[in-house]
Amino acid sequence: MSHRFSITRFLAIITKEFIQMRRDRVTFGMMVGIPMLQLLLFGYAINSDPKDLPAAVLMNDNGPQARTLLGAIRNSSYYKFVKQLHSEDEAREVLEHGEVQFVITIPQDFSRDLLRGDKPALLVEADATDPAATSNAIGTVRTLINSALQNDLKGPLAYLAQTDVPVDLRVHALYNPEAITQYNIVPGLMGVVLTMTMVMITALAITRERERGTMENLLSMPTRPFEVLLGKIIPYMLVGYIQVVLILVAAHFLFHVPMVGNLGLLFAAAFVFIAANLAVGITFSTVSTNQLQAVQGSFFFFLPSLLLSGFMFPFRGMPQWAQNIGEVLPLTHFLRIVRGVLLKGNTFTDISLELWHISMFAIVALIIGVLRYRRTLD
Amino acid sequence: MNGDLAIDVKGMTKRFGTRTVVNGIDLQVRSGEIYGFLGPNGSGKTTFIRMLCGLLNADAGSGTCLGFDVIKESEAIKTQVGYMTQRFSFYEDLSIRENLDFVARMYGVKHRRAAVDASIEQLGLAGRERQLAGQLSGGWKQRLALAACLIHSPKLLLLDEPTAGVDPKARRDFWEQIHRLAAKGLTFLITTHYMDEAERCHRLAYLAYGNLLTHGTVAEVIDGAKLTTWAVRGTDLLNLAEKLRQCPGVHQAVAFGTSLHVSGGDATALEQAIAPFRSDYEWTLIRACLEDVFIHLMDQSKDNFAA
Ligand SMILES: Nc1ncnc2c1ncn2[C@@H]1O[C@H](COP(=O)(O)OP(=O)(O)OP(=O)(O)O)[C@@H](O)[C@H]1O
Ligand SMILES: [Mg+2]
Repeated sequence: MSHRFSITRFLAIITKEFIQMRRDRVTFGMMVGIPMLQLLLFGYAINSDPKDLPAAVLMNDNGPQARTLLGAIRNSSYYKFVKQLHSEDEAREVLEHGEVQFVITIPQDFSRDLLRGDKPALLVEADATDPAATSNAIGTVRTLINSALQNDLKGPLAYLAQTDVPVDLRVHALYNPEAITQYNIVPGLMGVVLTMTMVMITALAITRERERGTMENLLSMPTRPFEVLLGKIIPYMLVGYIQVVLILVAAHFLFHVPMVGNLGLLFAAAFVFIAANLAVGITFSTVSTNQLQAVQGSFFFFLPSLLLSGFMFPFRGMPQWAQNIGEVLPLTHFLRIVRGVLLKGNTFTDISLELWHISMFAIVALIIGVLRYRRTLD
Repeated sequence: MNGDLAIDVKGMTKRFGTRTVVNGIDLQVRSGEIYGFLGPNGSGKTTFIRMLCGLLNADAGSGTCLGFDVIKESEAIKTQVGYMTQRFSFYEDLSIRENLDFVARMYGVKHRRAAVDASIEQLGLAGRERQLAGQLSGGWKQRLALAACLIHSPKLLLLDEPTAGVDPKARRDFWEQIHRLAAKGLTFLITTHYMDEAERCHRLAYLAYGNLLTHGTVAEVIDGAKLTTWAVRGTDLLNLAEKLRQCPGVHQAVAFGTSLHVSGGDATALEQAIAPFRSDYEWTLIRACLEDVFIHLMDQSKDNFAA
């Protein structure tokens, strides 16, 4: 009878959705295209060695070695020497205003201490709000110093050059202490892409039926809300998995992200996460009256996910209220899972709490969707 | 079960906001009957049908449809009703076969393949079954929709303007098919704006502004209207019609081919009105046709609403 969940009807809806998905080439193309585009954009920004980053130097020493270093910085393609500073206040100011991305402070008596083998402290302050751009440049400071001083430390001073680095290099990544690396971003991108596309695609699922007028027909058939909603979710699970595979392949071959953990575990976790996002989308779909509203609804969900999940900003760096919101969002937990499994080799026990959070979210979203699903045209 | 009534509802009412779109309609349709449902645009036909199959919640009303409570058991009603929507509402991005197959699955049709094959055969679409429904012409879409409504062998068919945009030959085939099916015991509630189709129904009802104005067989409806109609022949009928419309007692003066139909509810008043023109034209008293009756009813109810 029509009063119970019917597998036949459920399968009918799944089949129908599959066929429609296959015919809608543009949407399907976007589902594959969006992750690739994002990967390339983000990946390119990470992989390219940033060049010509504006830098300033605070010279507190005028000895020959200090001047050599200054010259090397001027000639380096990594840094674009903007100006020489005269005080710490000035240094702070140019950094704060974003005039330069780096301030290199050469301390008093740098040359003298260097020659004595005292390892003078060399301070590099970096504006790391855009960590992807600065992290590589920070790394090159070391090489730069070594090769610059190589020429100076010859003859009787050669023994100084043999030690690893003749100076005590101190790097202060300002504004963003948790320097995020590409290993962090590429796995995180998996969650971001899934959130964006999965929510949107199901948000359109029911509003599309309503706008095209097919809803009237669907409602006139004996079917349960659960069959319709679930039937619309399942086919897109497959799309989600295609995205996961694409990103993993790219992460491995293009960005050489280490994959320490169990990929099977990651796939299983992705199931819950994809389902949660599809459930959110379908719930938006039941409360929107047209496709535009549905798209807006999905952005309404996507933005906090992007900003408060720890993808954009280090989670622990956010104020408490933002962390509280972040804790509710599935992406936050999925990011921990992906990074945990891929980079740290987390096991099921490590991620079970995160999985639990995502599952609860998915169930609540689906229940709201089923409750909100209108079975009449009123 | 309620004797042999497929539909037996009372006081069906639907309001959108403050507007009452269907106003306390009682309707009885016998099993195996072809029941015509007529009325001007916006009179509430579609809304009424949607309430019958549970697509809209009625604000008031009670009764049964196929023996099930029309308010509480709409899920059960849905399994045995075929509803053809006014606007094509199958999936345009699915092929003909895929659409039929989807519907068959949704209703849990046994021997699905055979049922779909038979339906395609009957439609005369064998060979084109892989074509997308969206690429069909308007008339073919209607035919596909009807076939899809029939695939689960429903007991009651609610057809909302099923022949809109269908060519005359296909329309005739359609009505023949309907009569064949009715003879087998299927019940039909069909909305239409075509008078010839209205006359092919066993009984019909006429709606305007949400009110049921009349119902019965074609003869009953015509007689019940107590309308006197004259056919006029002669020259410059257009001018005559213009003059007659000004006269009290004349409700309508409508051109029908080379003649003019002049009608009114009060026979004596009408006779007085046409008296001045009697000698110049050829007048014959005729039986009013359905269209005269409907337009008459509609004008009357408009007056009632204005009052
Ligand atoms: N969802 C709705 N919200 C508000 N008003 C509605 C809604 N659906 C229908 N109406 C109004 O109800 C009235 C009756 O509409 P309905 O579609 O039932 O008419 P109809 O008799 O089927 O007309 P037609 O012959 O043009 O198909 C119309 O005035 C329409 O504007
Ligand atoms: Mg209508």
